[in-house]
Amino acid sequence: MKNGSAFQRHLRVRQITGYINGTLFFLATLTGIIVLIVLIADVFKDSVGWLDWQFITSYPSRKPQEAGLLSAMFGTLWVMALTALFSFPVGIGTAIYLEEYAPDSRLRRLIQTNINNLAGVPSIVYGLLGLALFVQALSLGRSVLAGALTLTLMSLPVIIIAAQEAIRSVPESYRLGAFALGSTRWQVVRHIVLPNAVPGILTGTILAMSRAIGEAAPMIAISALVYLTFIPVSPMDRFTVLPIQIFNWVSRPQEGFWHLAAAGIIVLLFVLLTMNAAAIVLRNRFQKRTEE
Amino acid sequence: MVNNVARLEAKSLELWYGKFQALRGISLVIPQNQVTAIIGPSGCGKSSLLRCFNRMNDLIPGSSVKGQVLFDGRNIYAANIDPTEVRYRIGMVFQKPNPFPKTIFENVAFGPRVNSFIGDLEEIVERALHRAALWDEVKDRLYKSAMQLSGGQQQRLCIARALALEPEVILMDEPCSALDPVATLKIEDLMKSLAENYTIVIVTHNMQQAARVSDMAAFMMMEEDRAGVLVEYGSTSKLFTNPKDKRTEDYITGRFG
Repeated sequence: MKNGSAFQRHLRVRQITGYINGTLFFLATLTGIIVLIVLIADVFKDSVGWLDWQFITSYPSRKPQEAGLLSAMFGTLWVMALTALFSFPVGIGTAIYLEEYAPDSRLRRLIQTNINNLAGVPSIVYGLLGLALFVQALSLGRSVLAGALTLTLMSLPVIIIAAQEAIRSVPESYRLGAFALGSTRWQVVRHIVLPNAVPGILTGTILAMSRAIGEAAPMIAISALVYLTFIPVSPMDRFTVLPIQIFNWVSRPQEGFWHLAAAGIIVLLFVLLTMNAAAIVLRNRFQKRTEE
Repeated sequence: MVNNVARLEAKSLELWYGKFQALRGISLVIPQNQVTAIIGPSGCGKSSLLRCFNRMNDLIPGSSVKGQVLFDGRNIYAANIDPTEVRYRIGMVFQKPNPFPKTIFENVAFGPRVNSFIGDLEEIVERALHRAALWDEVKDRLYKSAMQLSGGQQQRLCIARALALEPEVILMDEPCSALDPVATLKIEDLMKSLAENYTIVIVTHNMQQAARVSDMAAFMMMEEDRAGVLVEYGSTSKLFTNPKDKRTEDYITGRFG
């Protein structure tokens, strides 16, 4: 049989199909971008005239003109610093253990399944856990520490999974090469696996932090304050965070507070984007270092 | 010129990966300062045998070994032997060049560093690169990434990396299979010159290569579903010109495999 008769090429139909699909995907992408632009434009419009130095350096107030988010900003910084301090070592340590040390046993698979499922648990559930465990059972009160520990629990599964993926992406041939030169397992991890996994680990952990920074639900569950007129100076102080402050302002009836909420959102977005930018810069720097 | 000082000796060596038996009763003596080639068709267990000599199989979950591998008369599988010690005395070069994503210098310095070397690191790196016939090509870019080298250079770097630890034996697992003919020739020349100071064991599926570089040759094969059988072992010239076993003859004359 001749080629021409057995293959019905329909080239034109195939090209058109491809073109239609490409257009659909472009429209899908556009949806996300348009929503984002509208959102940011709306928030910016509402915050005009409200986002100023006074707003950033003032405590909350009953009068919109005098209110600011100083205490919420410091609260967020406190909570995030402690959350990072707790969740980085524990998360990365767990990932190293699971990937490099743990034998492939039923227990390992059970732990892994558990972690994967925990990553999908809604944040409010972590809030309730934090309330029962840290605030009440461990008597930490509604403190910065209790909030940070709650967010640590929430971030850990995401950090562990991201770090595991980064560790897994280090080629096995590097490990074998290092073992063949008389390295111990820890030396292989320290000198070969970690340096090559750092960019991925950093990206994953900072994205997990970015998510934690915007969480209001678990903080509401452990009853972080909304009206705080001091900056926390120790981990045992009471605190508030940006998302809660914003949430509170949005729910006020006076129009002035809505503008404050918009200004607060801009500050929150700014902090988020700064963190993501830091993640990208760090990742690029480490990648360059290993490739050169 | 075959000398008979034994450097490595396998005694009734058996290897399992889980329930799969990869080596069956292997016994052979690897002489000092010679190149010993292990040849045979794919899947016959030659790489598995090689990895038994520096306990790399230990890293594969579910593997287990019976029998002995004597190194200087000591069984490297004895309970009191740390595989890490075995691995820095017996170096290994892999099938695909696997330089670390570090500088050329750091690649060669890696072995001495992890083994707490306290002498002159630059001297040991330079010496290893000289011995691996790579020094002239890289001396001006020691602090550039090893990943920028060509495949053949990378493989010689991996040889230099192994040499930096002053090993007594170097195991090479099909070191040329990912290289072009020119690079292959360089590595083969290198093997012959290294044999003056080191004992070399090379796994290859390339019989011409085995005939060119080796003093001793071992032929392994798999029969039906039985892998890891050592069919014949002896001097390369004998094995290639006057094989004792019919199966060896069939293989080297290209009747199968």
